[in-house]
Amino acid sequence: MKPTDIAAPDYFHKVVDCQWACPAHTPVPEYIRLIAEGRYSDAYMINWKSNVFPGILGRTCDRPCEPACRRGRVEKDPVAICRLKRVAADYKDDVSHRMPKPAPKNGKRVALVGGGPASLAVARDLAPIGYHCVVFDQDPQAGGMMRTQIPKFRLPNAVIDEECNYILNLGIEFVGGTRIDSMKKLLSENFDAIFVGSGAPRGRELEIPGRKEAAKNIHIGIDWLSSVSFGHISQIGKRVIVLGGGNTAMDCCRTARRLGGESVKVIVRSGFEEMKASPWEKEDALHEDIPILNFMVPKAFTHDNGKLTGVTFEKVKAEYDAKGRRNLVPTGEADETVPCDDVLVAVGQENAFPWIERDNGIEFDKWDMPKVDPKTMASSNPKVFFGGDAAFGPKNIIWAVAHGHDAALSIHKMLSGEDIKERPLPEVTISSQKMGIHEWSYDNDISGDKRFRVPHREKVIALKDIKAEVELGFDPKLGFAEAQRCLNCDVQTVFASQLCIECDACVDICPMDCITFTENGEEADLRTRLQAPAKNLTQDLYVQDGLKTGRVMVKDEDVCLHCGLCAERCPTGAWDMQKYLIDMTNAGTPCQQPARSAA
Amino acid sequence: MTYIAKPKFHHPGLPKNELGFTHRDYEGKVSTLCAGCGHDSITASIIEACFELSIEPHRVAKISGIGCSSKTPDYFLGNSHGFNSVHGRMPSVLTGANLANRDLIYLGVSGDGDSASIGFGQFAHAIRRGVNMAYIVENNGVYGLTKGQFSATADRGSKSKRGVTNTDNAIDLVAIALQLGASFVARSFSGDKTQLVPLIEAAITHKGASFIDVISPCVAFNNHTGSTKSFDYVREHNDAVNRLDVITGRAPITVDYAPGTVQVVEQHDGTRLALRKLDADYDVHDRLAAMAFLQKHAAKGQVVTGLLYVDPEADDLHTHLNTVEQPLNTLEAKDLCPGSAALEKFNASLR
Repeated sequence: MKPTDIAAPDYFHKVVDCQWACPAHTPVPEYIRLIAEGRYSDAYMINWKSNVFPGILGRTCDRPCEPACRRGRVEKDPVAICRLKRVAADYKDDVSHRMPKPAPKNGKRVALVGGGPASLAVARDLAPIGYHCVVFDQDPQAGGMMRTQIPKFRLPNAVIDEECNYILNLGIEFVGGTRIDSMKKLLSENFDAIFVGSGAPRGRELEIPGRKEAAKNIHIGIDWLSSVSFGHISQIGKRVIVLGGGNTAMDCCRTARRLGGESVKVIVRSGFEEMKASPWEKEDALHEDIPILNFMVPKAFTHDNGKLTGVTFEKVKAEYDAKGRRNLVPTGEADETVPCDDVLVAVGQENAFPWIERDNGIEFDKWDMPKVDPKTMASSNPKVFFGGDAAFGPKNIIWAVAHGHDAALSIHKMLSGEDIKERPLPEVTISSQKMGIHEWSYDNDISGDKRFRVPHREKVIALKDIKAEVELGFDPKLGFAEAQRCLNCDVQTVFASQLCIECDACVDICPMDCITFTENGEEADLRTRLQAPAKNLTQDLYVQDGLKTGRVMVKDEDVCLHCGLCAERCPTGAWDMQKYLIDMTNAGTPCQQPARSAA
Repeated sequence: MTYIAKPKFHHPGLPKNELGFTHRDYEGKVSTLCAGCGHDSITASIIEACFELSIEPHRVAKISGIGCSSKTPDYFLGNSHGFNSVHGRMPSVLTGANLANRDLIYLGVSGDGDSASIGFGQFAHAIRRGVNMAYIVENNGVYGLTKGQFSATADRGSKSKRGVTNTDNAIDLVAIALQLGASFVARSFSGDKTQLVPLIEAAITHKGASFIDVISPCVAFNNHTGSTKSFDYVREHNDAVNRLDVITGRAPITVDYAPGTVQVVEQHDGTRLALRKLDADYDVHDRLAAMAFLQKHAAKGQVVTGLLYVDPEADDLHTHLNTVEQPLNTLEAKDLCPGSAALEKFNASLR
């Protein structure tokens, strides 16, 4: 293998699994250390800069970081990254004075369609550098789906208000209660750029017999949730069936429990394991006495005199064909009819762009989705950009934020006369953490604690009040203990061959058998010859040559604890623990030369 | 030393031995020696050897004297018996323990100061008597704990860290062990675990007095130019006579050797030592030739390593003394006192 080029910013970025997995690339270990220090405001600001909605995401994020967390490979459960983010948001001081100030306008106007996370992220990046941002939303308040679709018992209004206001206070013009119904008209209003962040606003229908006849008691999940959110709906029948297995279904069933649903069931086509809902959301639903019945395909709504009486299901099982594709085939058992008073249909969301005329330069693909460049978020009309669910279909808030950053950068580059395809590298700060012979500026003593559970409000009380937040969040003490579980993966093991005397001290002390000195070879061969087999191919081998014996140092990054013992036991300082702080370059980051290297 | 304990987590893919242990289960406390000390590599090698042999830790007694090397038993086999004895007196304590309980595996861990100076006589007599043990000397050629004076194994003409030349002749413990009748003699280097680990395994499985001299650079006081016990010097002058694979149990020898290059030595307990010859003329069963070979190469400044001598048919002290098979410490009064009838019979035989 060739020696690893650690100057390439991606190499060490990938080692920080959580940050690499996060669409917005939030520097997770950095803010977790600040939480452990009790510097909640600083931790919050790092988050705010990167993911715009720390308080909201700390309660609702889909947390792609957690399955990636190295701790999950070292022991059982990853660090509770998401809920630690909430700790920063909950315990910070007033941070309003640390927010960017509204900037003098540069004369450029940007229209943002939809007031959800994607548009707000764009506005957050562009407003402080002088753009006049106009946000249009059909609802009177900003927040989009965060406000309308996420139940208040998961995300209180106060949190949404606070974090939307940080952005709206940057001198943004918010036009509420205004639905944009013609792109052509918007284009004619002479905005310098248009960003479409209108979400995936249409709940998928379930066209089976009885749908029309029993329509009064059959509701589309996301519409029903937003009606609940605005207070238009405040009750539901005693027996409720929720159809669908995603997170919207989980929100529907738990909301139904609070509006009078005594017997609420979630019924899904697939198996329980393959459900789209996050495991923790399923867990929360089960905890609220909501059974989840699987492998049942809805066939018909039964009704009597226009009144819904139940849903008939066909029982299926999963079969896998030669290509590993799953097919749901009938088991042959008799159909089952489950009686109910109301049905909530949460079988998916769709995009819909009836308001975008097809003759103004925005091309659509065969699925009737706009053609959007996944890096620049540009459409085929150079002035129009997409982001969030509007770009590639339903994803989640953190993806919307990431799209927002990318689109804002593109808009800024375009309006500065630059090539939007040329993307700047992240900003990398490297610093040795050595403080003394065996002292480091981070806490390298590895906590053996198992993942802590977030305290919940007592079920009886929680189910009575739809606005009572169920999760209470970690208190500072629990937050500290959980933060200590973080392995500080951004504090990298950096090796200098020319200093090494090949004494094996690092090999002997490494608790995870990560380090090997051996003859060089091809990667596939090397992976079998290490102290411990390197079977996780998604994790790189760090290879350095230039040793006196002609061997190479090979470090498998996979399960390194970043405990720094290799560096502590190294007599010559060939190993050093260096913090690689990797910050994504967004619109407004002053220095943006693409050719800049990391080290 | 480090201030933190070595984390308990281990690599999820670590191999397990016949007892279901990983090599981490054979560790002791975290080392308090200087960073980079060769002794820590020897510690790691002992851990690896015991793991490979699937030794139950409670069947091992690790006994040491005083010095950096003699601290190391604290850093391996945390669940074994241990005795940190008086300076240079490890061999006596080990001999006594071995006589009292012949069932344990005895690891004598010592250093060049402990064995070549204050305990030189002790070393000699334990070897001479053929005590069944693995005697490991962690040899760095200096008194590290007192800041780097020459020890008795420092080569004449080698230089101290401060530039002083050693004018005394060196004691070669390997030569002495051969002369005193050790039935397993080897030399190795802490910087070469692929050689050292099988040698320790072979020494543990050998019945009789096994002796391994492990050159172990002292990074603090003896790893400079002019030293003959530095990483660089030993790597440049290392002359390995053979490479060893230890094959335990009845497993067939599956390692693929070029024909004619391997000599298989079968030991008492069925363990086989597969020796890949690196020096075609070297015979591991010829004690006299081994001594001559060593002297010749030492004169050229070369460090001869590998398995230097082995007598697979060797006896140990218990055989010489004709002791009972049962460990002496388990003999009850009824075993030791056969009763008045037996006494009468014995007395009658003397009349």
